[in-house]
Amino acid sequence: MEGRGRVVLLKRYNGAILNRIAAVIVVILGLFVLAFFVRRVMADPGIFIQQILNGIQLGFLYALIALGYTMVYGIIKLINFAHGDVFMVGAMTSFFAISTMELHRWPFQLWPGINSTLGTLLGTTTVIAFSMAICSFLGVTMERFAYRPLRAMPRIAALITAIGVSFFLEYFGALPFVYTNNYITYPRPFELTVLTAKDIPPWLLGLVGGVFAITLTTYSALNGLSNRGNTKAVLWRNHPIIQFFLYLGGLLTIILGMVVVLPTWGIIKWDLTVSNVMLVIMSASVLLVVALQYIVTRTKTGKAMRASAYDKPTSRLMGINVDNVIAVTFAIAGALAGAGGVLYATAFKQVHHLMGILPGLKAFIAAVLGGIGSIPGALVGSLIMGMAEVLSAGFISTPMRDAVAFSLLIIILLIRPQGIFGEAPTEKV
Amino acid sequence: MGKRIFAVLTLLTIVAGLVACKTPAPTPTPVPPTPTPAPAKPTPAPATPTPAPATPTVAPAAELKVAILAPLSGDVATFGESTRDGALLAIEEWNAKGGVLGRKIVPVVEDSMCEAEPAVAAATKVIEQDKVKFIIGEVCSKASIPVSEIVTSKGNVLQISPTSTNPKVTVDEKGNAKPTVFRACFIDPFQGLIGAKFALENLKAKTAAVLLDQGNDYVRGLAEFFRDAFEKGGGKVVVWETYTAADKDFSAILTKVKAAKPDVLYLPDYYSTVNVIAAQARQLGITAVMMGGDGWDSPQLDVKAVDGGYFTTHFSPEDSRPVVQEFVKKYKDKYGKVPDSLAALAYDAALILFEAIQAAGTDDPVQVAKTMEKMKFSVVSGEVAFDKQHNPLKPAVINQVTGGKVKFVTIVSP
Repeated sequence: MEGRGRVVLLKRYNGAILNRIAAVIVVILGLFVLAFFVRRVMADPGIFIQQILNGIQLGFLYALIALGYTMVYGIIKLINFAHGDVFMVGAMTSFFAISTMELHRWPFQLWPGINSTLGTLLGTTTVIAFSMAICSFLGVTMERFAYRPLRAMPRIAALITAIGVSFFLEYFGALPFVYTNNYITYPRPFELTVLTAKDIPPWLLGLVGGVFAITLTTYSALNGLSNRGNTKAVLWRNHPIIQFFLYLGGLLTIILGMVVVLPTWGIIKWDLTVSNVMLVIMSASVLLVVALQYIVTRTKTGKAMRASAYDKPTSRLMGINVDNVIAVTFAIAGALAGAGGVLYATAFKQVHHLMGILPGLKAFIAAVLGGIGSIPGALVGSLIMGMAEVLSAGFISTPMRDAVAFSLLIIILLIRPQGIFGEAPTEKV
Repeated sequence: MGKRIFAVLTLLTIVAGLVACKTPAPTPTPVPPTPTPAPAKPTPAPATPTPAPATPTVAPAAELKVAILAPLSGDVATFGESTRDGALLAIEEWNAKGGVLGRKIVPVVEDSMCEAEPAVAAATKVIEQDKVKFIIGEVCSKASIPVSEIVTSKGNVLQISPTSTNPKVTVDEKGNAKPTVFRACFIDPFQGLIGAKFALENLKAKTAAVLLDQGNDYVRGLAEFFRDAFEKGGGKVVVWETYTAADKDFSAILTKVKAAKPDVLYLPDYYSTVNVIAAQARQLGITAVMMGGDGWDSPQLDVKAVDGGYFTTHFSPEDSRPVVQEFVKKYKDKYGKVPDSLAALAYDAALILFEAIQAAGTDDPVQVAKTMEKMKFSVVSGEVAFDKQHNPLKPAVINQVTGGKVKFVTIVSP
């Protein structure tokens, strides 16, 4: 008895010491990294901010894939490895929509006199929507024929099937009459323009800034009310429309402000470059994430999704058609991946039948990092992932970028094995 | 009991299999005539086809097999297709003239995928199985180097790579030339040197940024020799950044390039990567003149993204020399498109090989190699003679990408 007690005591003692040592090491490492970055930022803040912008762009691209992973995992506990390939199909669909169907030109063909900005915006939106539709159809088909028949089987069967579906999509795409296995140069649905102060009139900046200021005031007022216990204010504070204007308005105000206002006022002399591609990626991603948040939190379907994720048999007893709910989840996940594919191809201007593997893998890791099953987690995890990659490529060395990103993953998972947002098990989708 | 029967049966099967495998080997004579007419079919029929198929008994001696190893799938499939087409055109011409040493040339085309392992597999297959003594290929240096090692260890096979520019293809670790390995193109030092010379003298560049794929022998070779020549000529390489082949997001390193404001951005990679880097460079508003090597020479180069850029290469169809124009016309008639430099070099490699065999008067690869070392060839990409390391000495072409088209600028001699 006594001996056993001593062993337990010893173990506890060792564990405590090890934990403390680990914590100290992590803190020291963190301080080193911080000091390193602070020195770099002081050396040239312009480059640092440009890298942050690059990181946000990459992070949003990962987020659109990661959201699909996390939603599907949340509802049926399946890691859908074919998700990265749905993303590839999205990019390829838009490639054909642009190059052979000329879908992005329809407003100009219908109304030849249309304002070119408006026409391009409409055309681009149509291309993205088309890819989203095809990919959500693909998602539903995949679920219906590959995963639903296996739902009662052990989970490993569905996992292996997912890998099979992934290979099928990749190498079906490589067939000569589908996409071929060449690297194809992607025609953007709109012309690239690097934005300078001239492209952004002051009224636009004023409008964006004004909208942001109004939303921010409303938000803080509602926040104050909800802190006093007003439940209606809580509901309004979290409303997707407010969130949309808050996030997008804030992002755009900061970016446009840095590109236009501060240099023209002579406050800063940084040479920041923002292209319309970056703005399209950011706005489309924020719009889609907020729309997703709306569907999940404010609609009946979303409620059904959350209920099914929480407890499938009980949901079924409550009259929820769980099969349909799962299909809808796959459709939404596919649509997000499709949009991600279009935006990724627009950014990097190349499509290939294996292009989904690496981004898919990284997005999966981002989802795990943020806490798989959690929507905000996927977004935050992706932004961390994109930022870590770009910053390590920019300030450490390019071949190290993946090593740094994955070390970060290991460290975060050592500290929080459930991921950053992975704690609340009560509501998952 | 059951196990023993099973074991006996297995043993019997193995023995039967061995016997079955062995049987064709001792009797090779009847085998060649049957497979040989089959590969002959895809090659376009020569002008005088009537007597040859009528006498199948002399077929083995009357044929000369030449392997073409080229990447027909993967990242650089267009390189492989052009190489194959160029070499096949030369074979067709020589067959129309009556073949080499009076023997019909039979091509054996293999997809070597621009990778070391598939190329080694393809080379082993053509040497061991098809009994080929002459190999035209591979296209990429990283695949040609392992193939050259096999060829050297065999000793009685001759390899001529049309487009592999890395020095190590024809030279072993100790700096000696591999006896039966040649190339039809100039080497990386030369392309890097010409690129640097052009940047310094014609573009009046003072600073350059170089981005390179550390894992690719071709890219590293070009980049290192460009840097050395550029700095020797008084220029300064302000950014030297490496990436990996899987990278698609170059925004981080391009941000550094942008901050350094170089006159020239040297991108010595293949077109598939150059397209991605150039598109992102434009997105970040980089205005430096882009330059590259012959990896840019592809119809799939994104001409919009690299607009205004220059690249060194082996051949231009706009070159006005009559040899070039005649080749361009023949190629156009046969394939309906303008040949690129890969096609021209493969054509040249095949011509050099056939002329050397003809001059040697034998199909013994060692003898042919000795003849090739001493000869002078007048081919499409210029006057070619081989130096001690089996590298050709010949001029380089500089092309510019302007207004969505690739234009011939000038020829630079070594």
